[in-house]
This record gives sequence, structure tokens and C-alpha cells, in this order.
Amino acid sequence: MSFFVETLVGGLLAGVMYSLVAIGFVLVFKASGVFNFAQGSMVLCAALTFVTLRDKGLDFWLAALITLSVMVVLGIAVERVVLRPLVNRPQITLFMATLGVSFMIEGVAQIAMGASVHELDLGIVDTPIEIGGVQVSQFDLAAAGTAGILVIALSIFFNKTRIGIALRAIADDPQAALSIGIRLQTLWQIVWGVAGFVSLVAGLLWGARQGVQFALTLVVLKALPVLIIGGFTSMAGAIVGGLIVGAGDSLAEIYLGSLLGGSVSTWFAYVLAVAFLLVRPAGLFGEAPIERI
Amino acid sequence: MSLRKQKRIMSRAIGLAALVLSAAAIGTTASAEDAKTQYFPLATFRVGAYASSGIPVWAGEIDYFRYINEVEGGINGIKLVWDECETNWEVEKGVECYERVKAGKNGSPVPIFLPHGDPISKALTEKSVADKIPLVTIAYGRTEAIDGRVFPYSFPVVFSFWSEASSAVNFIAEKVGGKDKLKGLKIATVYHDSPYGKETQVPLAHLAKTYGFEDIQIPVPHPGNEQSAQWAKIRQLKPDWVFLRGWGVMTPVAIKTAAKVGFPVDHIVGGIWSGSEEDVRPAGAVAKGYLAITPFPAGANFEIHQKLKKYILDKGLSDLKDPKSFGSVYYNSGVDEAIVAVEAIRTAQAHFGVRPINGEEAQWGLEHLDLSEKRLAEIGATGLQQPLKLSAKDHEGGGAGKVLQWDGEKWNVVSNGWVKSDRDLLLPLIYERAAAYAKEKGITPRDATN
Repeated sequence: MSFFVETLVGGLLAGVMYSLVAIGFVLVFKASGVFNFAQGSMVLCAALTFVTLRDKGLDFWLAALITLSVMVVLGIAVERVVLRPLVNRPQITLFMATLGVSFMIEGVAQIAMGASVHELDLGIVDTPIEIGGVQVSQFDLAAAGTAGILVIALSIFFNKTRIGIALRAIADDPQAALSIGIRLQTLWQIVWGVAGFVSLVAGLLWGARQGVQFALTLVVLKALPVLIIGGFTSMAGAIVGGLIVGAGDSLAEIYLGSLLGGSVSTWFAYVLAVAFLLVRPAGLFGEAPIERI
Repeated sequence: MSLRKQKRIMSRAIGLAALVLSAAAIGTTASAEDAKTQYFPLATFRVGAYASSGIPVWAGEIDYFRYINEVEGGINGIKLVWDECETNWEVEKGVECYERVKAGKNGSPVPIFLPHGDPISKALTEKSVADKIPLVTIAYGRTEAIDGRVFPYSFPVVFSFWSEASSAVNFIAEKVGGKDKLKGLKIATVYHDSPYGKETQVPLAHLAKTYGFEDIQIPVPHPGNEQSAQWAKIRQLKPDWVFLRGWGVMTPVAIKTAAKVGFPVDHIVGGIWSGSEEDVRPAGAVAKGYLAITPFPAGANFEIHQKLKKYILDKGLSDLKDPKSFGSVYYNSGVDEAIVAVEAIRTAQAHFGVRPINGEEAQWGLEHLDLSEKRLAEIGATGLQQPLKLSAKDHEGGGAGKVLQWDGEKWNVVSNGWVKSDRDLLLPLIYERAAAYAKEKGITPRDATN
């Protein structure tokens, strides 16, 4: 039984790491309806910039501040140079544009900062602790705490601030929002800047876990089922989706993998996502679109 | 038309013809010059997820080629030329690259193709036979291609995956006090869930049956950036040793997750592609004590490195961007690969004459390659490259690895020299599998006595 609980807890904590990446997607989608395929590359860019600055001898906080500035500028540049000219184009056009942005970020990052693998030490202890007979990773607990704080902060931002409420209005009906004087472009720049900040947090935690290398972009592979399950427009959904994917993957790997004679977690999360799509197409917390016909 | 005008047109036509003829002559001279060189197309991956592994490999390889040109004047006077095509470590790009370069360059034939990627090498197995271009796949590729009677143009030279598994078991035997002490031990293989990762399942099952240890197999899905379930299983099953066969990000994540579940890192033996500086550095302090078996021992104190430093690095001719990588596992793998390629050409030249060698001739050169202790000493590669002798029945030739241990800063050799694999035990199985492949594909095995 304790093994089952340990596997479950390990999976839940791993799922929170996926949620961190999924939150970045939700943020942009919620405010602009764009599925930002470049989120993984932004995570890589943030971690690579930070670790390059640290390697040059910069203090932790100074490096974090400069990286945050770089990410905010990058987010704003993407909105201004790539997405703004494509306003009112079909969703697929915007999606393809972010796909292009993704390759550009990766290419430029490699030219500017090289392809070497870097260690990233955040100073978080990674030795296991026992809680009620269950071994838990301290690093994973810290990551879960960070994700929790991030979700609370972003929820307050979206629900309690004027900018957040304006962003929600744009997401609901951009034309109506424009008609009452909400400045669409400025707010999109803000949201892309915040997405840059979320990328920095995700990049630092994933970078500390696996090293900063180009494979960081692959973390988005697991963020997609998280989004489908939790819903593309909900911060809480990203967390719950992450927990379901993490726990499901972990338990399936242990109990189903041995029966099937191979690794199952590559596809299990997607099977879960398809199952949710059939039952609840908008995800657990997503807003089902209602259109008058 | 006036006479003057006719003359002017005529003189212009003559001038143009002379220009065309001289350009053609220059082209012919260039082609003739190229035809006197030995062309090596390099399938590289300098961008993408695996670029950090690849970049030092090409540096080692190109530095050695440059050394041959600069110091030795080429292979018996035949200078080496090379160019790169980017594969991004993707099969379709690798195959496209092969198709693009297989005809050679300006009359200089392709003697050997180095696919640099297990899936690419497998995709090219049959094409290479049709094109008569040997694929040299050091420490990767199809193990049964050791049987050159069935796989005439595939050369998994030096250290196949089966030898890797067997050498790792033999190292564990060394640590526990002999092969008889393996009985009752639990050895878990944590592997990349891909054809590459599964390649060692058969030999390990055979070795487990022979020596009496328990063989546990735990797959990790690509890319391997989350392994909590796999290591929870390790914690539950309590193996004595873990054999880690990763690739890319899987290795540092495995080392970190092992530490998280309290598994001792000095009881993990990494495989060939889990044993570089790029694998352990991202794992940080917890990687201290981690072991890995490799045919490419790290270090810059080998005699050939002194020569490379003097004639290539110090003269600013190196392809290496990061000097810290000089003597790293991947850099040395590039040097090893270049030594094998150059010596195969040298062997072929001794038989066919001193001129650029084509694929068919290079195959002969490879099958008669004899890298003896004496020859390795002449090259300056004693200790870096193991002695090996190839034949039509044996495209591997070596089959041994050295075990390295990470001290937090660098790798140190901790095995007693080269740890040999149980090739005598495994070769019959390999030949059996090659025969099954031949039957399936309708191949009539070659006569190995030629």
C-alpha cells in the first residue's frame, strides 16, 4: 500500500511540473485566443539566458532580473512583430505563426548562447524526506509550492485587477472590449510579458531538474494533455489537469506497463486526454463556447 | 555587314570561346585535384536537442583529419577533404544526407559513411549494400551486423551494444569478487524505450541465465525527462546494481531521480551513451561517484592528444569551440572514429594502390583492418583505442570497454584496463540472429574465406 501511495504522490508532484508549463499556454490563450506553440521554446530561452548569465559570474537575483527583462521584451516583441499584423486572421494562421516563432527562438538562442548542456543549481535541497512513511522529494515539494503561488497570483491578477478584468473582457469579446475603450494591443503586450515571466519560473525549475539543454522544449509534449484535460482557459484547470496526468502516468507506468511489457507513459496521458475530450470537450474547467446560430 | 564589323564579332567570339575553355580547364584542374583527395562526408547534428553531444564529436574527428593532412601530408600523400550535412539526428534527414553525398564529390568517391545515429544507421542498412558504401557505426548500430557474411557493408566496429552489456556485467563481477558471485544478484537495466534501448535485452537475458543473476528491465519513455515511476520501482525491487542505458536528457534525470529515491549512484553503471561529461554535469553534485562503461576513455594525456594540441589546437586550426571539451569522452570518440576510418583507408591503399579509395575497396580495407598494439603505439593512441582486428566474420573486432567514474569534475578510469565482454558466449547468438535476418530478407551469406 505504501508503495502505491508513494507512486501516487510522486506522480502528483511530477504533474505539477507539467502544470507550470501549461499555465503559460493558458495565460496567452485566455487573453488572446492564441495557442502559443512557442511556449516550450520560451521556457528554454529563459533557462538558457539565466544560466548563461550565471556562468558569466552574475549574482543570482541580478541574473534573474535581467532574464525576466529579456523574457518580457521577447514576449512583447512576439506580440508586436508577429501577432499584431495577423489580427483577425484565422486561428490556424496565428498558431502557425507561433510555430515559426518557436523555431526562431531556438535558433537564435543557440547562435547567441551555444548548444552546451548546463547545470542549474537553485539551491533547493533534493534529498528525500519521509512524510507518514512516504518518501517525498523536497525539490518537488518546492516546485509544487511555487506553482501554487503562481496560480494564486495569476488568479488575483485576472479576477481582481483592472488589467486582468480587461483581459477577460478581450477574451470574451474583443470587439465589444474595443468599443468601450480597452486598448487591445497594450493588454496583449502585458499578457505576453507575463507569459515570459511564467516561462522563466518553469524554465528555472525544469532546468534545475534536468539540466539546461535543448531537450527542455520537449516538456510541452506533456503540457498538451494537461491543457486538454484541465481546459485551455483555466489556471486551476492547468493544475488539476497536471495532477491527473502526473498521477495517471505514474500509476499506469507501474501497474499497466509491466502487463504490456513496455513503457506506457508516452501515450497514456494522450489516451486520458482523448477520453476527456469525448466526455467533456472543453476540459474540466474550460469554458464551453456558445455560439448563436 | 562590313568587314570591320565581321572581324569585331569574330574576335569577340574567339575571346568568349577562350574564356569558356579556360574556365573549363580550371574546372577540370580543380576536378582532377579533387579526384586526388579522399572525400569524407560527415553527417552531423550541430543544431537541435542533441547538438551538445555532437559538436565535440565532429571536433575530435575533424581535428584528427586536419592532423593527418597538416602533419602527415594526408594518407600516403592523399589529402582528406570533408564537408558536413546537418541531420538534426533525424532519420529522414540522415537518409536524405546520405543520398545527397553518396556519389562523391568532384570525382572523389565516398569510401565510408558515418551515419552518427542508431536509427539512421538502421535505415541505411540495405541502401549501403546496394551502393557499396560501408557504414561505420562505432558503439551503435545493429549488433548482428557483426556477421559480415550477412551484412557486408555494416560495421559496428569496436564495441557493440551486446558487448557493452556483457562488459558491464563483467565489471560488476569484478566488483563483487568474481563471476561466481553474480549468482543471486539483482541487476536492473533502466533503458531508453526505443530499438536502441531494447538492443541489450537478449544478451542480458542470456547472461542472466548463464551466471544466475536476476535480470530486471525497466523502460523509460522518450525523452526521459520524468522518471519518478521508474525509480519508485527501483526502490521497491531493490536491485544490487543498475545498468543505465540512456540518451540525451534521460541520463541526468535518471541520476538525479536515483539520488531522490536514495539509490547509491556508485552502483549505477551507465552505458556508452550515458557516459559523457554532458550526461553528468547537468546532474550536479549528486553525480559524484557515478560509473559508466565506454570504448572512448576520457583524457587529454594520450600521446595523440599531445600531437593534436601542438599541431592543431595551438595553431588555431581546431574545430573545437570550447577548449574544456578537449579530451572529453565525445571529443575522444571523434578521434577514435577518425583513426578507424583513416587506418581502413591506409589498409585499402596497401592493397589497391595509393589513390582515393571507393566504398567497395574501403569495405576490403575495413575487413582487413588490424589495429595492433604496435600500430596503436605508432599512432599515439595506446590506451585510447583498444586493439582490434576485423574480418568478414567479425565486423566488431574489439568488444571491450573501460569503466570511468565521475569525481565531480572529471572522469577517472576505475576498471583494470579494458573490461572484455564474453564474446565467445554471445557470438553464436549473434550469428543465429544474423542468419534469421538473412532468411527473412532472402540474403545468401557471403563466403567468409575471401
